[in-house]
Parts: sequence; structure tokens; C-alpha cells
Amino acid sequence: MADSTLDAKGLNCPLPILKAKKALKDLKVGETLEILATDPGAIKDFEAFCRTTGNELVESGEEGEVYRFVIKRAA
Amino acid sequence: MGDGNQMTEEAVEKTIGNAKSMTIIATKGTLDWAYPPFILATTAAAMDIDVTMFFTFYGLPLLNKKLDLQLGTLGNPAMKMPMMGMHMGMPSIVGVIPGVTSGATAMMKNMMKKKGVASIEELREAAVLSDVRIIACQMTLDLFEMDPDDMIEGIELGGAATYIESAVKSDINLYI
Repeated sequence: MADSTLDAKGLNCPLPILKAKKALKDLKVGETLEILATDPGAIKDFEAFCRTTGNELVESGEEGEVYRFVIKRAA
Repeated sequence: MGDGNQMTEEAVEKTIGNAKSMTIIATKGTLDWAYPPFILATTAAAMDIDVTMFFTFYGLPLLNKKLDLQLGTLGNPAMKMPMMGMHMGMPSIVGVIPGVTSGATAMMKNMMKKKGVASIEELREAAVLSDVRIIACQMTLDLFEMDPDDMIEGIELGGAATYIESAVKSDINLYI
């Protein structure tokens, strides 16, 4: 279970990333954020986002038509 | 923007970390051309990259508080809108007919809203909130007799040298 959830369904690039960044800032280091999105571009974008920022992409998957990501906040 | 603590935390990160940086020159002010600079600036800022934007010529009005961006329909044969189950282009000549620009603009804005694409106002606000440095070109301001009081808060005025100083230290420099 993630510490917080962000519903980014229906939002297009770059809003899921922008909103995820904002939500991550409200978490403590080590806490996790679950993101729900429908933008197919989000899959590659969250991978790139995490590689660049050092946050950890714990999960990345698809449930029906919704993409689900879990990111653990690094420093 | 977060509280004071967060700002300090970020400032420290920038000083001690090996922060990457990016600059963008925004030179165009139509609805479609307004997107790339703001999308890239806000996304880079979200990826902890230090961003500077320089607004010059037709890009400068993008800093006006009140935006009424129009879609440029003339000379853009690549613009194809989904319509009645297909993609319709518009012969350039049609763009000169009064009302076509505003009609195409309304259509585009409608489509963007439906597809969950952020508005330029939203992206611009996100840029300001994520500490993107925004420089308004002083020369353009004088040339077009624009008033800085009509522009959003948190911007600075500067010229080419102000931009270059930032660009010369940056990892990525884009001209849009």
C-alpha cells in the first residue's frame, strides 16, 4: 500500500509528471506515491523521470485501461 | 511553492549537488508554438533541472497576465485536425478568411481540453511555482511598447548578455 495516491487519469503530457513531482515533495524520504494515469506516454516518461531524479520506480503496470506506477521518494 | 524550509532544501541541493541546467529561448507567440517551451521548462524543472527561459520578440507576449493565444492557420499545411472521423487539413488560402483563425483556435482549445492537455496559463503558473527563471527581453519590450506592469509577477528584465551568461553555464540550450 502506497503512502499517498495521485489520480492523474485523463491528464496528458506533461501533467502526470508535474503533478507527481508536486506530490512527491509532500512525502518524506522513503515514502511511496501511487500514480494512476491513462496517458500511454506516462510509461516511458515515469521511467525517465525516475532515472533522472534518482527516485525509485518500485512498480509500473497496467490494470485495465489504467496505468499504475509506484514511486519511492529518494533524497 | 512549498514553505521556506523546502526552498532552503532546494537551494542547498543546487549548491552542493551536481545540478544540470537548461535554457530555452521562446520566440513565438501562437497557441501551438507556446506549448513546447512551457512543456519542456516545467518538465525539466520537475526533473530537478535548473531552468532559465528567455522571452523575446513574439514570445514576449506569452508573459502578459491576460493571454488570448491564437492558432496560426496560414502557411501550416502540416496542421491536420481530427474531424468527422478523419483528419482534415486546411488549404493555406482559407486562413485569410475572417473568422477562420478564431474558429480553428476555438476548435484546438476544445480538443486540448477534451484530451487533458494543460492550458498555457496552467503550465506558465507551474513554471513560476517551480522556480523557473524567467527573463523578458528588454529590447522587445521597448520595440513593441509593452508594459511590464501587464506581465506576470516574478519575471526579470534583461538582454542578450543576461541570457548568454546563463546559457554558457548550461547543459542544454534550446531555441524555439
